[in-house]
Amino acid sequence: MRQLLIRLPMMVATLLVVSFLTFLLTTLLKGDPAVLILGPEGAQDPQAVAAVREDLRLDDPLPTRYVAWLGDAVSGDLGRSYRTGQSVTEAIGERLPVTLEIGVLAITIALAASIPLGTLSAFRAGGAADRVITGTSFGLLAVPSFMMAILLIWILAEWLGWLPATGWVRLTDDPVENLRTAIMPALALAIGECAVYTRLLRADMITTLQQDSITMARAKGIPTRRILFRHALRPSSFSLMTVVGLQVGAIIGGAVIVEQLFALPGIGRLLVDSILQRDLIMVQGVALVIAISFVVINFIVDLLYTVLDPRIRHGRAATA
Amino acid sequence: MAALQPLDDAADRVVGLGVDDQPLADTDAVSVAAATGRRGARGRRGRKGAAFWLAVGWLVLVAFCGIAATWLPLQDPNTPNVIARLDGPNPDNLLGADALGRDQLSRIVHAARVSVVVSVSAVGIGMVVGGVIGTAVGYVRGRTETTVMAAVDVLAAFPGLVLLLVLLAYVGRSLTIISLVIGFLSIPIYTRVARANTLAVAQREFVHAAHTMGARRSRILFREIIPNVVPPVAAFALVAMGLVIVLEGSLALLGLSIEPPDPTWGGMIAASKPHLDEAPHTALVPSAAMFLTVLSLNFVGDTLRRSFDVKDSGL
Repeated sequence: MRQLLIRLPMMVATLLVVSFLTFLLTTLLKGDPAVLILGPEGAQDPQAVAAVREDLRLDDPLPTRYVAWLGDAVSGDLGRSYRTGQSVTEAIGERLPVTLEIGVLAITIALAASIPLGTLSAFRAGGAADRVITGTSFGLLAVPSFMMAILLIWILAEWLGWLPATGWVRLTDDPVENLRTAIMPALALAIGECAVYTRLLRADMITTLQQDSITMARAKGIPTRRILFRHALRPSSFSLMTVVGLQVGAIIGGAVIVEQLFALPGIGRLLVDSILQRDLIMVQGVALVIAISFVVINFIVDLLYTVLDPRIRHGRAATA
Repeated sequence: MAALQPLDDAADRVVGLGVDDQPLADTDAVSVAAATGRRGARGRRGRKGAAFWLAVGWLVLVAFCGIAATWLPLQDPNTPNVIARLDGPNPDNLLGADALGRDQLSRIVHAARVSVVVSVSAVGIGMVVGGVIGTAVGYVRGRTETTVMAAVDVLAAFPGLVLLLVLLAYVGRSLTIISLVIGFLSIPIYTRVARANTLAVAQREFVHAAHTMGARRSRILFREIIPNVVPPVAAFALVAMGLVIVLEGSLALLGLSIEPPDPTWGGMIAASKPHLDEAPHTALVPSAAMFLTVLSLNFVGDTLRRSFDVKDSGL
């Protein structure tokens, strides 16, 4: 609770700064934002330009505009795309579930693979299995998600023909087909993450396994499996958790690419499409939503420490 | 504040891509040596193995290609040749040809230029600016440090690729702008790494000794601290170059890197996608080039960092 009180104002402050920076983006544009938003043809009409200027309050001073924009944003109104006429909130709402599903699936796969691999690697540190796991994961760090995506498309779709190369079926339409379209993009993101998690867990686990409590547990004759997953895993998982939180940024970045390659209607593709069409209101809205989710997720991860680590829960210094 | 320590510590470890940073490697080396006794300190340090020099050799080759591509006896990378379309490797096109019949070997060699220019200039900017800020605040401490690190945290609150895309959408794109923006965006990471290293060095005995002997603060900073902070930051910069190359590749994939027809590795990988079933080599060749480069950068950076590491060096 004390943690919450300290960190909550910090998060709100961060969010305010982040929103202000996103807002400032329009001021980076060379020339009249209204003209750029309407495009060369649209800007021919002075009335339309005036309407956009009015709409975006471009004639007001910057602080006034920011407050008005923030007020709208807080009440869920991020403006309306001048290209498609769709409201930004609505467009994001339509596409967010896709990105969310891919992201959650990717993190789940990565954790499900890295926890046993990292534990095994640490338990037999220096052994053959450890060297294979450490070496492979080091190599995988050099494989960006787009390369992995192309590789998976080549092997699983073109060569073996097991999965469709591109496309998306909604979860509500057909859960099985949905999984078939979601699994390859999720894997493309998960494999690189898995390498990061495995290496991290291995390093922390090696330290944990040298502690007296583990020797004690062994002396009591507790089965190895139970020692590893019941006694050692929890104290070894703190940096893993932070990294999972921080890597959400990498996942979002990766999702932008993977959605493009697999033609998924997610929020990353919305961002790229809007950038390519210079739909600046949409870009601003999507950037704000992504940045806010990232900050909030990391805030939640920080709070989770409290649940996992009794030393923090009781407000004493961690001495590890 | 103390309770937050593990968070900051862990956050410092993953700056970058999750390629392990200092604290991680400490436990790594020390405990593996202790736990197994198989690979003692000597096996991990001192003479660098063949793999290290192979990686260095590859990087030198890439850098050479990046600088000298135009003068090498290669076909023109942008001349289409319908007859050679999607050909596999053959005497005319040693690494095959792409969908427009352009020579793949020539294209990956020329594409190295983009990777070299973007990674060297972006990393240069980030390392110099971030390194100076990080070392300064890490040595001065106090309120300045708190303010600067808070600003760094906020900048790092944006997912990198998204911020990059958005900035490029607003300020336009060219090789120069892409390098500048990536460099600017990487300043926070270097600030963190430089600060963490400065904090560690400032507590070493020789710094206390210099202080006790009455050395001025500026002397301590320039003669004692900076020489010991530069090597680990430079080692990190090598790893970061790999990240920049991947970032450029991601941009190319989204059609947001430099304009075609000039080749970039990412652009070549993106262009190969429609022809994967008939001509997988169009994807494999640029992928291999990028993979080997990033792997070499990670490997060389990691090895150097380990050898600069205080605990590993046996001091």
